[in-house]
Amino acid sequence: MSEQSLTPRDYLSQIDSLRQGIDDSFRDELVGEIYTHATMVTDATVTEKDNGPAWDEKLDWLLTHPVWGWPLMIFIFAGVFWLTVAGANVPSAFLAGLLIEEGGLREWMSEYIGWAMPAALSYSGYELLHMLMDLIHSPEWLASLLVDGIYLCVAWVVSVMLPPMAIFFPLFTLLEDLGYLPRIAFNMDPLFKKSGAHGKQALTMAMGFGCNAAGVTACRIIDSPREKLIAIITNNFMICNGRFPTVIAIGAIIASTQLGGGAWAGTVAALTVIAVVGIGVVVMFGVNFVLSRSVLRGQSSTFTLELPPYRKPAILRIIYTSLIDRTMFVLARACVVAAPAGIAIWAVANINVADQPIGLYIMQFLEPLGWLMGLSGVILLAYIIAIPANEIVVPTVVMLILLLPGMGETSLQAGRMVEVGNDQLAQMFTAQGWNLMTCVCFLTFVLLHNPCGTTIWTIWKETNSWKWTAVATLMPVVMGIAACILIATTWRLLA
Amino acid sequence: MSSDTTLPNTHPDNCGGCTSCDPNAVTTQRLGVKLDGYDFVVALAGNPNTGKTTVFNTLTGLKQHTGNWPGKTVARAEGAFACRGKRYKLVDLPGTYSLLSASVDEEVARDFVLFGKPDCTVVVTDATALQRNLNLAYQVMEITPRVVVCVNLMDEAKRKGITVDIPALQELLGVPVVATAARRNQGIDKLVLAVAGVIDGSIKCEPKLPPTPPKLQKVIDEILPKVKRMVPGLPSPRWVAYRLIEGDHRIRQALLSGELAELYPVRLPVAGVVNQPVMEDVSDLASEQGEVAHV
Repeated sequence: MSEQSLTPRDYLSQIDSLRQGIDDSFRDELVGEIYTHATMVTDATVTEKDNGPAWDEKLDWLLTHPVWGWPLMIFIFAGVFWLTVAGANVPSAFLAGLLIEEGGLREWMSEYIGWAMPAALSYSGYELLHMLMDLIHSPEWLASLLVDGIYLCVAWVVSVMLPPMAIFFPLFTLLEDLGYLPRIAFNMDPLFKKSGAHGKQALTMAMGFGCNAAGVTACRIIDSPREKLIAIITNNFMICNGRFPTVIAIGAIIASTQLGGGAWAGTVAALTVIAVVGIGVVVMFGVNFVLSRSVLRGQSSTFTLELPPYRKPAILRIIYTSLIDRTMFVLARACVVAAPAGIAIWAVANINVADQPIGLYIMQFLEPLGWLMGLSGVILLAYIIAIPANEIVVPTVVMLILLLPGMGETSLQAGRMVEVGNDQLAQMFTAQGWNLMTCVCFLTFVLLHNPCGTTIWTIWKETNSWKWTAVATLMPVVMGIAACILIATTWRLLA
Repeated sequence: MSSDTTLPNTHPDNCGGCTSCDPNAVTTQRLGVKLDGYDFVVALAGNPNTGKTTVFNTLTGLKQHTGNWPGKTVARAEGAFACRGKRYKLVDLPGTYSLLSASVDEEVARDFVLFGKPDCTVVVTDATALQRNLNLAYQVMEITPRVVVCVNLMDEAKRKGITVDIPALQELLGVPVVATAARRNQGIDKLVLAVAGVIDGSIKCEPKLPPTPPKLQKVIDEILPKVKRMVPGLPSPRWVAYRLIEGDHRIRQALLSGELAELYPVRLPVAGVVNQPVMEDVSDLASEQGEVAHV
């Protein structure tokens, strides 16, 4: 065969045999040569006035320090959660007074402003709507459906969710805008690598604190399909904003029942949030580890992450984007979900079969599993109703207790909405026979249960696979049921 | 840096007032997304966070989102500008640190430079981190000689007390180097002129690439002639050899199917095609930028 008649295939097989002897160091050689050359060129052309390290280099040294980077990171995040929890109290009480509680607004005014508000002005939205329904002689059931069902559920969601989000999202956007998030990824990279996942997962996890659906979408920045799937599946272990209020409420109940409430409530609530967030991060790494050594086996890939320069944050833009794009977006979504959930709650409480509301049948059916998990039938029913959005779990529990007959002395049918502050919430929970174990199991289940409807939908869109969507949906809820049963059984054995 | 964006008059007094002598003729028209009927294609490569998108926006008048975040820009952004009656399509490639590994971003960028055969590729670099940025510049120059290196963020470099000797850099790289501060619209017109020069052949690019690593010299020497036989018109046989050693499937496929041979036919040397005293032009251009860079 002459040289001329060789086809590309022949040449390639010749080349293949030539490259046999070359090992993996090939790329290092190549990059090393470029690096040496580039160094030579820049040495000859670039001059730097030595002003000592600039402030941003010093800051980076500190923030990405192998030892100091960690406590700083924990401190910064704890600070963000603290501000969120502590700061949300007062506006939450205001909104609850404005929208729901009888006399709540007047109480709030006298406590925080020192103004003895005339009773005539201090009707809540809930009271006003009922008056309006009375005025137009609406049928009892319609008033009940619209006001006790839909309005109450939406109002609960707004007063419980809006304040923490309106504080958390601007703070988070501030961190993002300053350029801190990539530095977190830098700090956490070794841990992600050890757990068999991608370092950029830290960024998607940080987004997950805001909203799991947003976190799942952010997983697009991970190139390797294997590591992207891990990141998508485990994003749910980041307690999203919608779940904060539940954690806060239970933390406040623990404070109220165990410490007698009062001054400690805010602190305990904040510490509870931080603890649950921390446990969520640990669980996430554990699941990463297991997944990357079982169904999603493989090497973790390397990547280059540039630490962007610190920028002076544009405060107005932060407020705009975090309030309009994030807070209002998530809130609107929650309200859209809350309205039908309100109808569902109303329906299970008001549609009777054989003189009993259907909610009671479902609750009784769920009671054994609930008991085993250290919870109760009403909590599980609330979780089922709240599948579309996590944020309405506590409101749903409260409304189910209020609406279903025989659940306690406070029943809506008897009159109007009672005042539900944290202490009242604690009383209501205690009246159900719930104790510290219930709270711990409740918190466990808040962390470990299926992602909300929007997140499930997003996971399906991103993975395009029913199989992985099912895994991401069912795995956490199975884990949650198992963990709750384990905790409750151990607790009961020890007690 | 002044806002003066004219070129120094490097033409002889008797050139008869050609357009290059008219400082006003250098103005760039921003054509946004009007992509039809372009004459040339220009690719924009660069590391993330070098202001690549700002350069893109300044040239095309578009408002692509710029961010402080290594996000996902897999899709190419395209825009257009015109200068001296020629229309250029500008393709903003995803920001990458190299063209070596297999991430989607790097593949998109690599494929466009190799298979898209842009008439010129601008590598946007960060003046404050030039050494790291040259890594990508060298990899692009390895694929195509028709490269303009844009040293961007000169304003940032000045703030940090960093100066870049642009003429020396140009000498060492062998391709035109232009200093810019795209955020302030400084140096952009010179960038356009350098691109136009590379495309019309009035500026010759002779990239001075890093040598072959000594350990690989022998095998490259053996592979090179085979690559050249497969695709005689290839400007970058050594790069293809590197890729084959690495076992790059896309390149193998392109060789097997004849795609590369089709893309890079043999160019017969035609005497007198390349305009003359061009290098002079570039160095003048460069010396002016050199001053600019040091101010």
